[in-house]
Amino acid sequence: MTATLTILGMAVLTFFIKAVIFILGDRVTFSPLLRQALSFVPVTVLTAIIVPMILAPQGQGLELNWHNPQLVAALFAALVCAATRQQLLTIMAGLAVFFGWQYVLS
Amino acid sequence: MPQPSKFASVLAGARDTVPMLVGAAPFGMIFGALVSTTELAPWQGQMMSLGVFAGSSQFIAIGLLASHTSLLVIWFATLIVNLRHMLYGASLLPHVRHLPPRWRWLLGFLLTDETFAVVDSYYRQHPHDPQAHWYFLGSGLAMYLNWQCWTLVGLGFGAVFPQLQSLGLDFAMVVTFIAIVVPQLNRLPNLCAAIAAGSFAYLLKDLPYKLGLLVAILVGVGVGMLLTHLRARATTNRNLA
Repeated sequence: MTATLTILGMAVLTFFIKAVIFILGDRVTFSPLLRQALSFVPVTVLTAIIVPMILAPQGQGLELNWHNPQLVAALFAALVCAATRQQLLTIMAGLAVFFGWQYVLS
Repeated sequence: MPQPSKFASVLAGARDTVPMLVGAAPFGMIFGALVSTTELAPWQGQMMSLGVFAGSSQFIAIGLLASHTSLLVIWFATLIVNLRHMLYGASLLPHVRHLPPRWRWLLGFLLTDETFAVVDSYYRQHPHDPQAHWYFLGSGLAMYLNWQCWTLVGLGFGAVFPQLQSLGLDFAMVVTFIAIVVPQLNRLPNLCAAIAAGSFAYLLKDLPYKLGLLVAILVGVGVGMLLTHLRARATTNRNLA
C-alpha cells in the first residue's frame, strides 16, 4: 500500500515538474543562480547514492580492501568509462569484473 | 513545399529517436530486474514505468526502496532529480506555447532527456515547421512504448531469477550510475561537487530516513557553485590585470 502511494506520488510530482513550464509559460523564470545549482544535481545525486553502496556494501563498516568486489568493480568501471566514454561497455565491464571477482574470492 | 502528413511527422520523430531507444533498452531492463530486489510487486514496477516515466528517478526510487527509505525522502529525491526537466521545458517553450493545453500536458508528460535532445535539435533545424508537435509526439511515444516493453522484459527476468539480489545485481545500478557520472567529471567544479557529495553521503549514511543523502546533495551542489564562482572571479581578475 505504501509502495503504491510512493509510486503515485512520484508520478504526480514528475508529471507536474515536466509539464509546469509548458502550462505556465513565461510566468516562471529561472535565476542564473538556480540554473547553475540545478546543473550540479545529477552528478551529486548519483554519486551520493552509490558511494555508500561501494564503500560499505554490507551496510556495516568501511570495506576499503581488495576483498570488496563492489569497490574493485566500481574502480574498474570508472577507469573504463573515463578512457572510452562508452556507457554500455562500462556497464558490461563493471558487471563482468564484479561477478568475476566474487567468483575468484569464493 | 507540400506539408508532410501528421502521421509522417510522428514517424519521423520516432525514427530520429531510434538510437535513444537502443540506449534506453538496457536501462529499462535493468530497472525491471531490480524491482525484484525491493518490496515492490512486479505490477508496481510496471506502474512506476507507466506513471513516472523518468529513468533516473525510477532507479533512485528502487535503490531507496530497497534500503527501506521513507516516502517523503523518496518524493523529495524525485523532485530534485527531475527538476532539470523544467530547464528542458523552458528551452522548448517557444515552440509549444501556441498549442492547446491538452497538447502541452501531453508533451510535458512525454518529456525525457532523450526526447529533449532529439526534439531540440529538430527545432533548431526546422524552426517554422507547423507540425513539429507531431514530431515531438512521435519521439515521446516511441520512448514511452520502448520503456514499457523493456521494463516488462526486465520484470520477467527478475521473476525467473528471484535470487538476483543475492547475486548482487543491485550492483548493476551502481555501475549504471558510474557510466552516467564519470563523463561529467571533466570539469573541476563537477568533480569537486561529486567528491563532496560522495564523502558526505558516506559519512552521514547512518542518519535516519536517508537524510544524509539530502545533506550530501546540498553540500555537493554548494561546493560546485562555490568553485564555479571562485573560478569566474579569478578569470575576471586575470582579464582586468
